[in-house]
Amino acid sequence: MAKGIDEPLLRLEGVHTHIGPYHILHGVYCEVPNGELTMLLGRNGAGKTTMLRTIMGLWRASSGSIHFDGRDITALPSPDIARSGIAYVPEAMAIFSDLTVRENIVLAARNGPVHSSRLDWMFGLFPALKRFWNLPAGHLSGGQKQMLAIARAIAEPRRLLLVDEPTKGLAPVMIHSMIEAFRALKAAGETILLVEQNFHAASQLGDNVIVMDDGLIVHSGAMSDLVADKALQQRLLGLSLDSHQ
Amino acid sequence: MSNAAAEPIETSLPRARIDWIPLILVPVLAIATLPLVGNVSAWVTLTVAGLAMGMMIFLMASGLTLVFGLMDIINFGHGVFISLGAYATLLVLGPLAGWASADSIGLNLALLVLCIAAAMGLTAVVGVVFERVIVRPVYGNHLKQILVTMGGLIVAEQAIHAIWGASPIPVPVPETLRGAFVIGDIVMERYRVVAIGIGLLVFFAMQVLLNRTRIGLLIRAGVENPEMVEALGYRIRRLFVSVFVAGSALAGLGGVMWAFYRQTLTAGMGMEVMVLVFIVIIIGGLGSVGGCFVGSVLVALMANYVGFLAPKLALVSNILVMALVLIWRPQGLFPVARR
Amino acid sequence: MTRSSAPARSFTETRIRRGPSSWLLSSDTPRSWALSLILIVIVTCLAAAPFLFSGSQPLSTAAKICVFVLLVASYDLLLGYTGIVSFAHTMFFGIGGYGIAIALERLGPSWESVAVGLVAALALSAVLAAVIGLLSLRVRAIFFSMITLAVASAVAVLASQLSAITGGEDGLSFQLPAELRPAFRPFAEPILGLAINGRILAYYMIFITAAVLFLVLLRVVNSPFGRVLQAIRENEFRAEALGYRVVAYRTAASVISAMAATVAGALLALWLRYNGPDTTLSFSIMIDILLMVVIGGMGTLYGAIIGAALFVLAQSYLQVLMGAGSQTLSGIPILPDLVHPDRWLLWLGLLFIVSVYAFPGGIVGHLRKRGRSHELG
Repeated sequence: MAKGIDEPLLRLEGVHTHIGPYHILHGVYCEVPNGELTMLLGRNGAGKTTMLRTIMGLWRASSGSIHFDGRDITALPSPDIARSGIAYVPEAMAIFSDLTVRENIVLAARNGPVHSSRLDWMFGLFPALKRFWNLPAGHLSGGQKQMLAIARAIAEPRRLLLVDEPTKGLAPVMIHSMIEAFRALKAAGETILLVEQNFHAASQLGDNVIVMDDGLIVHSGAMSDLVADKALQQRLLGLSLDSHQ
Repeated sequence: MSNAAAEPIETSLPRARIDWIPLILVPVLAIATLPLVGNVSAWVTLTVAGLAMGMMIFLMASGLTLVFGLMDIINFGHGVFISLGAYATLLVLGPLAGWASADSIGLNLALLVLCIAAAMGLTAVVGVVFERVIVRPVYGNHLKQILVTMGGLIVAEQAIHAIWGASPIPVPVPETLRGAFVIGDIVMERYRVVAIGIGLLVFFAMQVLLNRTRIGLLIRAGVENPEMVEALGYRIRRLFVSVFVAGSALAGLGGVMWAFYRQTLTAGMGMEVMVLVFIVIIIGGLGSVGGCFVGSVLVALMANYVGFLAPKLALVSNILVMALVLIWRPQGLFPVARR
Repeated sequence: MTRSSAPARSFTETRIRRGPSSWLLSSDTPRSWALSLILIVIVTCLAAAPFLFSGSQPLSTAAKICVFVLLVASYDLLLGYTGIVSFAHTMFFGIGGYGIAIALERLGPSWESVAVGLVAALALSAVLAAVIGLLSLRVRAIFFSMITLAVASAVAVLASQLSAITGGEDGLSFQLPAELRPAFRPFAEPILGLAINGRILAYYMIFITAAVLFLVLLRVVNSPFGRVLQAIRENEFRAEALGYRVVAYRTAASVISAMAATVAGALLALWLRYNGPDTTLSFSIMIDILLMVVIGGMGTLYGAIIGAALFVLAQSYLQVLMGAGSQTLSGIPILPDLVHPDRWLLWLGLLFIVSVYAFPGGIVGHLRKRGRSHELG
């Protein structure tokens, strides 16, 4: 594209998604640049989760295309999309509560045991995991489950992390450590597409921002531009922020 | 990076709780009936018979419950595999009839193993076809699933009739497995002891598989959330087909044990025992192997004790157990967390 | 999700034709010439069976068809219209049969006994259906099916165990009221060349009862109540959201269906002068019902007429045909076994599977679709 070598890692072009009789994505165009943290904002029901699930192949795009790393992944089955290097942390965390923390991580590492240095790095980010290593994940608190879900996504190096509202329902203190964890991931060079309702948190983290409404992208650009432009914030997010803070 | 470690409030160690109550039910039931039966030797005989029956039901039910947990599919034609496994013994008993009547424990056990191998092989192959032709086209549609698997049952039972004839066929128990062990005035039928042994063996093998191997972890994870297993990059379909086939083979194994237990083969024998199988997986919690095991033993023991104490109620006791368990825990003894 | 538009479900079928026949059929006409023709032939044959065929075998076949039309139609109310798979339908069928059998055996062959037996059976069925419905219709379809299977098998076992009341495995034989016995002659002269006796009266009692109840069921499924059932079948959550109490509607459907099945069981017992576990309670009858509903066509009561007629005829006469086929194929391996007269169920089973996949509307659905495409073309 225009940037030449800086080809975006992920590109959605005219993606429509139907779920049963419901038409949810109405032609989404957007890009996620490599090595940066892109925030996906929008009010409830705007289609953020649907967009992530469509990228993952868990719901099928009815038209349009999704390119990842130069490859068309629109029609691939979910496991193949995951194997191409995308990790997904769903909103409901979806940790396996019957399995121990260790077993959850073991499953996430498809290529054999996690390297000990990587494990130490993960424990550094989320110390609780080390403490509860052999405990069934179902016994963890909400915040710890969320950390396990993210740890699962980074158990092996991945090209892109899709993370759906990691701070939802967490206590303020937990939200703070979650933000720190993402800051650390960003510093480690991970490419992340992060759904967030909390604009304050999002503005601290994001390099770029995409705003959705009613199944369409209504704004995209650098986060700094949006932070600077109060009027634009008001127009894009006014409603959603009022209702969530 | 280090400040991400800050985690001020959540320092208390969550304690692992094992759900003991359902596990205690079985010994409690056994001990509580001892004074009612009033006679230790009769009680031992009943308990052994109950355990043997429980193991056989567990063999037949375990695959079904896992298949349900993984893919939200219930196979009402599962009984076919039980019948097929039972009839497969004829493939071995025909040419090797001498091994059954030989008074040699080696030959007798070898015969039993061959019967099991034949049954599991046959049911595995039929399982592949059944999954492909009957089950696969109706994923996600419970109504059609129930109907079409019933259709598979009708056709397969008729096919058994066409191949082996419609009249019941007697099956001789291998010589050394007949009769009973007698210790004092306690009598334990040999075949039942063998059945308990095989049942326990399979149960422990399954526990090791489910808890110590990656495949096992995937199955357990898949039962809980198949979609997330896919999102982690594993093909759940392949996993499901393997579990379906393994479950069919286990039903075949159960069919062999059941055939020697009843000593008669009929095409409908699988469907007859399916009622018990359904009760057991409902009691255990759909998708739970451990629950299925406890449920099997509970139902079988109850049936044997009640059969001794109040024979007329024996066959209704299962429904009673099911009703009580469902009132206590509507999702079964060990509800499987889903999504 | 705001743009999503709910697909408009048209509950109102086109109601152009009016008149007495349309009123009788609750405006739910066959809507296909071929289908109408087949139905007219079947109903005419059933109505005139004693005059058209001689001998007791054809009359028994006709009576069995009438009973099964009612039984299958009542099951279709559950399966086709409400989307519930119950395996306890034979239980209600059996309750009807046992109600009549026990009452007539104990209280003697009178119409009062018939009334007492029928009313008691209806009451028991209604209570059982309501209890099962209220307790287990909130759970998922699979769960419900398994529970009904277990309950039905327990009742079948109970019936064969309580031999003091039910006659056990042997069942109960009993005498009919005098008016229904073969020796009863209401008319001195033959009518249309046929000497009317009590047996023929019994047949017409069955025919008329089945026909009237069939029309009542047709009315039920085409009433607002029936429309709600179909709405629930299509989308339980939406129906709930619209304010319909799903469990209450499903339970009501179960009760209506159970009571119709009970009457069918009573009719069969009256015809056979016998009731036992194998004639009404056995699981194989449950399978027969499933075959008839699905092959005839789920979700359309006319399917019950076609399914029952086809199945009972196949049961009675297909075996003869296959016997002939088996003879001609003798010498070839396996093939004669597959068309052996006893294997007729194999072929119906295959037809059943094909129906579920390829013709979800069964024969009726297929004929209607063809009819529509002809009209368009």
